[in-house]
Amino acid sequence: MKYGLFPGCSLMGSSREYGESLRAIAPSLGIEFQEVPDWNCCGATAAHTLNRKLSLALPARVLALAEAAGLGELVVPCSACFTRLRMTQKELAADESLREQVAAIIEMPCTGSVKILNVLDLLAPLASNGLGAKVVRPFARRVACYYGCYLARPAEIARVDRVEDPQAMDALMRTIGAEPVDWAFKVECCGAGFSVSRTDLVAKLSGRILDDAARRGAEAVIVACPMCHSNLDLRRPAIERHLGRTCRIPVIYITQALGLALGLDREALGLHRHLVPAHFPEGPEVAAAGPAAARKDS
Amino acid sequence: MARIGVFVCHCGENIGATVDCAEVAQACGQMPGVVHSIDYKYMCSDPGQNLIKEAIREKRLTGVVVAACSPRMHEPTFRRACAEAGLNPFLCEMTNLREHCSWVHERTPATTAKAIDLVRVLVEKVKRNRPLHPIRVPVTKTALVIGGGIGGIQAALDIANAGHKVVMVEREPSIGGHMAQLSETFPTLDCSQCILTPRMVEVAQHPNITLYTYAELESLEGFIGNFVARIRKKARSIDEKACTGCGLCTQKCPNRKIPSAFNAGLGMRPAIYVPFPQAVPNKPVIDRERCTYFTKGKCRLCEKVCPAGAIRYDQQDEIISVRVGAVVAATGYQVKETDFFPEYGYGRYPDVITGLQFERLASASGPTLGEMKRPSDGRVPETVVFIQCAGSRDPAKGIDYCSKICCMYTAKHAMLYRHKVHHGRAYVFYMDIRAGGKMYEEFVRRAIEEDGVRYIRGRVSRIYERDGRLVVQGADTLLGARPVEIEADMVVLATAMAASPGAEELAQKLKVSYDPYYFLSEAHPKLRPVETATAGIMVAGACQAPKDIPETVAQASGAAAKVVGLFSQDELSREPVVAVVNRTAPPVWSTCVGCFLCEKACPYQAIEREEIRTRDGKLVKTVARVNTGVCQGCGTCVALCRSKSIDLQGYTNEQVYAEVMALA
Repeated sequence: MKYGLFPGCSLMGSSREYGESLRAIAPSLGIEFQEVPDWNCCGATAAHTLNRKLSLALPARVLALAEAAGLGELVVPCSACFTRLRMTQKELAADESLREQVAAIIEMPCTGSVKILNVLDLLAPLASNGLGAKVVRPFARRVACYYGCYLARPAEIARVDRVEDPQAMDALMRTIGAEPVDWAFKVECCGAGFSVSRTDLVAKLSGRILDDAARRGAEAVIVACPMCHSNLDLRRPAIERHLGRTCRIPVIYITQALGLALGLDREALGLHRHLVPAHFPEGPEVAAAGPAAARKDS
Repeated sequence: MARIGVFVCHCGENIGATVDCAEVAQACGQMPGVVHSIDYKYMCSDPGQNLIKEAIREKRLTGVVVAACSPRMHEPTFRRACAEAGLNPFLCEMTNLREHCSWVHERTPATTAKAIDLVRVLVEKVKRNRPLHPIRVPVTKTALVIGGGIGGIQAALDIANAGHKVVMVEREPSIGGHMAQLSETFPTLDCSQCILTPRMVEVAQHPNITLYTYAELESLEGFIGNFVARIRKKARSIDEKACTGCGLCTQKCPNRKIPSAFNAGLGMRPAIYVPFPQAVPNKPVIDRERCTYFTKGKCRLCEKVCPAGAIRYDQQDEIISVRVGAVVAATGYQVKETDFFPEYGYGRYPDVITGLQFERLASASGPTLGEMKRPSDGRVPETVVFIQCAGSRDPAKGIDYCSKICCMYTAKHAMLYRHKVHHGRAYVFYMDIRAGGKMYEEFVRRAIEEDGVRYIRGRVSRIYERDGRLVVQGADTLLGARPVEIEADMVVLATAMAASPGAEELAQKLKVSYDPYYFLSEAHPKLRPVETATAGIMVAGACQAPKDIPETVAQASGAAAKVVGLFSQDELSREPVVAVVNRTAPPVWSTCVGCFLCEKACPYQAIEREEIRTRDGKLVKTVARVNTGVCQGCGTCVALCRSKSIDLQGYTNEQVYAEVMALA
């Protein structure tokens, strides 16, 4: 199945490994990506705090380009980009004159026909549809599935099953052999963009998240957002100073966990790029895609 | 020639602000057959009705069209006025200019034009109206009360004390309802059971009341004054007459690990059980889904120990048919489930409980005998957090409405906790405190000022367990939305009040309308709060909307007064809107060909067969006849009749076609 891909800025820089692992797992899941040609920044937090039209025009241009390239479904791995794109689509759909103004700014029509998916939207259907059979090395770890803010909120944008207790990532983790822990911080804020201006606050907020995950016996925190990852991983020295002790729990992307279960190489998944080392001694390999694995899945 | 009068009502601003009523009256005056057409601010008022009466007399009107609100609201008013002026009331009809026009459109010339069209339609109909006469029907002076909680008990006792028979049906093995589960009641803190149980006994012993517990309404047929209720008396698996209520069976039953619904899941009960010691009737019932004999085929221990030989494993459900004249629905409420806010951890953390569970913890008859012990480890909780609006007033995730009783019971809970645990700390998170009621506000102030309950205005975002304690994260919005974190030993959720399970099925059996939350709808929110739109069926208590005990009791007495009022007459008159099979002169006698398609189509079994015979007794033909006592005037037979031999009185084909043609 072919999908459009809008990598966004993070996947080209601080979260290269997210993009690498997403592209790495795609072939074995029967997914093909086509990058949106000539894409631009979604505007992120900066645009919508300064100028409403700019904050709509930037994502609208990406959507218009995807539309022009004939991409019916667009995968947006970064949850901040995802929220901006969906928010723009929603606002433009509700206001025809705004849609015309934005179209004039970007000098392109934008009908809003593209279906926008985040990585969970893309992968969740696989949990009950054949992913289990493809697992060659079950990721048999206790994991804390961390959704953060943007994968669950605002409710009318994210459209998850249970806003305060989403389940999609948990189901995926179970499918690849992991055991999601029941914990309290799966949708709490990591501190997000305060990473730069108020690192102390991020240390406190992210510290609570990692502290609870560790208390519940999680061996890894699973994320699907570059911002969350950066705060939980990159800001670890500040977090450890705040907690007053070392905290070594690795934070990996859902695509990396899937990649490991699918038997892919560490480096191909970018697991060597994390600041907090993410080592998962390999368990025994099971027969790939065999009937036994299929039964396990069911 | 028809002489029709048209009376256009402004309904204050309701119609007058949107529709140009003077123009409507003027235009209607030009319609063929209309000899009088006026508008007035309040046609339903006494001067308004007099305008109609005077016009009937002076202009010798043969028909009246009142263009006003819904006929549901005022048709009886205007028909009565016409009758007083000597016009047959069925020659008066109402056009609904309010719901059908002014409330749903903007003020434009098109709206006024539509109003004129709506009147035109009715003028054409009324020209073809015939005088009709009400049908007299007898009244069965027995009331059916559905639900044996405090609402049902009050209604049953009031009706029975007025000298009428009552049949009470209760789904559970005992009457008493939720009130029997409560510890103490606000705002007086009197013991709930102490004031309720004498009433329960009174119901059981009253000579006018027949009590069916562990029973449900199977179906209700008929109409006001003449219902037939079929009641399913579920198999109790004991012979109630033989059973002495000694309780030996419940003591010896080996299967004792079944969560007790009466204790809101905080205690256990055996498979053969009496819900609580003060149950009425104090006769056990076997829970067949849990009983070892019924599930595995072995045990029969209760049969061995019963000194009265009252155990009946082979007992079957029994269907009892009773004739009743009126019905009071008092089916109460249930505590809404908590699954929609997983962030509060109900079901995951044993010390996060609902308000109803707290009642059982605080009750002297509860699982802890009234001692404040938390469910997980039986320790006395040192800090308790109460969360109001846990589901109520939450359009995003819960329900839109206010459950009304939570502010008061939470204040009571916090107060009871502080009375029982003097060194304990009680916190209440609230949005607003809604304490409207006699001595209610004073009660809440007492909790805050005398009993030291700490009220925090704000919502709780999350509860999670850390080192055996519950961390409650919230915000204090009176202190600039400052985050608040409280380590609690127990959390009590003021969960919402929802319609009781099966409310929708019951409403459909009773043919009563209900709202999106399955609360039964009253006939008028202000002026007919205890009747439903279905004649003869009343509502009482929380099945209509969330209510506390005083309000439930007041409404139940109101419903009882309506029933007693109905029973004060020996006969009722009902509208003659029924189907009739035509009769013509010999040799045709009737155009009915006797196909009896109508018999199959009638949902009320109102079609009978009539043999037409000549004077010397020779059978000419068999035709259909409508039993006017049973016919509900739905018109299905009219639509299906192949020879167009059936017509609905008051809505004949001729009249309806004339209405349609008036718009052409």
